[in-house]
Amino acid sequence: MSIDKDTVKHISKLARISLDENKVESLSKDLTSIMKFIESLNELNTDKTTPLTSIINASLKSRKDEVKDGKIRNQILKNSPEKNDEFFVVPKVIE
Amino acid sequence: MSKISELSLTKIVNGIKKKDFSSEEVTKSFIDSSKKSKKLNTYITECFDEALKFSKNFDKKKDYKGLLSGVPIAVKDLFCTKNVKTTAGSKILHNFIPTYESTVTNNLWSQGAFLLGKLNCDEFAMGSSNETSFFGNVKNPYGEKLVPGGSSGGSASALAAGLTPATIGTDTGGSIRQPASFTGTVGLKPTYGRCSRWGIVAFASSLDQAGPMTNNVEDSALLLQAMSGYDSKDSTSVDKKVENYSSNLTEKIKGLKIGIPKEYRVDKMPTEIDDLWKKGIEYLKDAGAIIKNISLEHTMYALPAYYIVAPAEASSNLARYDGVKYGHRARGKNLIEMYENTRSEGFGNEVKRRILIGTYVLSSGYYDAYYLKAQKVRQLIKNDFDKAFKDVDAILTPSTPSSAFKIGDKSDDPVSMYLNDIFTVPVNLSGLPAISVPAGYDKNNLPLGLQLIGKAFDEQTILNLSLAIEKRANFKKNYKVWWS
Repeated sequence: MSIDKDTVKHISKLARISLDENKVESLSKDLTSIMKFIESLNELNTDKTTPLTSIINASLKSRKDEVKDGKIRNQILKNSPEKNDEFFVVPKVIE
Repeated sequence: MSKISELSLTKIVNGIKKKDFSSEEVTKSFIDSSKKSKKLNTYITECFDEALKFSKNFDKKKDYKGLLSGVPIAVKDLFCTKNVKTTAGSKILHNFIPTYESTVTNNLWSQGAFLLGKLNCDEFAMGSSNETSFFGNVKNPYGEKLVPGGSSGGSASALAAGLTPATIGTDTGGSIRQPASFTGTVGLKPTYGRCSRWGIVAFASSLDQAGPMTNNVEDSALLLQAMSGYDSKDSTSVDKKVENYSSNLTEKIKGLKIGIPKEYRVDKMPTEIDDLWKKGIEYLKDAGAIIKNISLEHTMYALPAYYIVAPAEASSNLARYDGVKYGHRARGKNLIEMYENTRSEGFGNEVKRRILIGTYVLSSGYYDAYYLKAQKVRQLIKNDFDKAFKDVDAILTPSTPSSAFKIGDKSDDPVSMYLNDIFTVPVNLSGLPAISVPAGYDKNNLPLGLQLIGKAFDEQTILNLSLAIEKRANFKKNYKVWWS
């Protein structure tokens, strides 16, 4: 399947990546060649195959649901590009 | 005595214990060679002053109980290190300073090692040549114009050039083994779940695994032992005893059955790679192994399946980079535009391509056709290995379809770059352990590696087989130092 320019724009929107108009063409070409490569999988009949869900035969451990840390607000905010004392700051969302 | 920075990790650990030299002398030696290596561009962050301070303290305290006591180690810049910048090779994390330490690096520090610096890598570990890093290409000690491989390219280059006694990388589709092969070093990807992924910047969570990169097999066993183990913070890490890989290491491999998969003899593979493979077979026969021809019939579908699964998981993992919580932030008229501009400025071309592919294959109406199909193919690939391992103890293949290529040679064509990982990707899809061990040179004097694939959690057998190859191949570094 080829990924045309409109599809590139649509998935960029979904992925929240703004695109320069002049890059759309080359991305469409690159993504199409990658998808062509991927589509060799269609040669395989997998109707009777169950999809893999886990690669290691180990069951997940359960643990007690308990608080082990906390009170680390300052650590969590430390790397934020914009913050005030208690919150992340983002552009206005509600008018 | 040769320069300390030319010694193996094991010799350095033992030398410090026997007081042949101090931790400070070791640290100075590696800082010295690292400072002269700017042209290789291996370091993103240098921690030389802190390392020197640590080594002086170590020499005063004289605590030799750890497996790595007193050893400075530089690590791939994908491991979060407390209070030390961690970039994942990306602009979007160019200013990120974690407030916590990854479990795997923490394990190394618990064994007495300390941080020498953070090494360059492909952006978010997406690449096979280290050309996608925001911090520039890394160069291969074997040639100024050559890539070191990727994504753990800075790690491989720094190790091969003697800038760190050992290092750790991560391997999602070959990112430890391929650069190891390109630089004449030993790289091991452990079984999925052997090492904790906690605190490692995530790429594709069902494939990512950290592993040791070392100058020889003995060092690989030692470092694997130090970094492995269950971690309650990573629910996919497996609670299984960590073997004493070092003391169990032996080249006595008589009677082991080695599979040779016919599907790995690919079109256009240089004859010297095929010759190296034959040589590897002879080495193992000489050590008493029994060679069996096997078939892994879905091998050719591994890469296409990988390029659905890995980008799908990446697009989901990388959704967290939104300019709010950490990292780069761009301006925008409203929240959505701020997200879009941040991600557009912050991510490089290859990362964007993979996010877009991942978004596409997971988008409404396409899930069954792509992601579900890929997971079915993944099952078939795993079945091939399960079947093969009923008859053999390990599998021998080349590590890569070529030696190190030139910077810029493949960067315009994503698919030709992806083909580099043709021999390494099936292992990640199946969760198995595999190691690349240097075994010879091509006609241009560039290193070539052989790959041994083992059963799940049987790292010991592939280490032992690698030792048998290492002893016979007698591989020696043969580059001329051009960077200092």
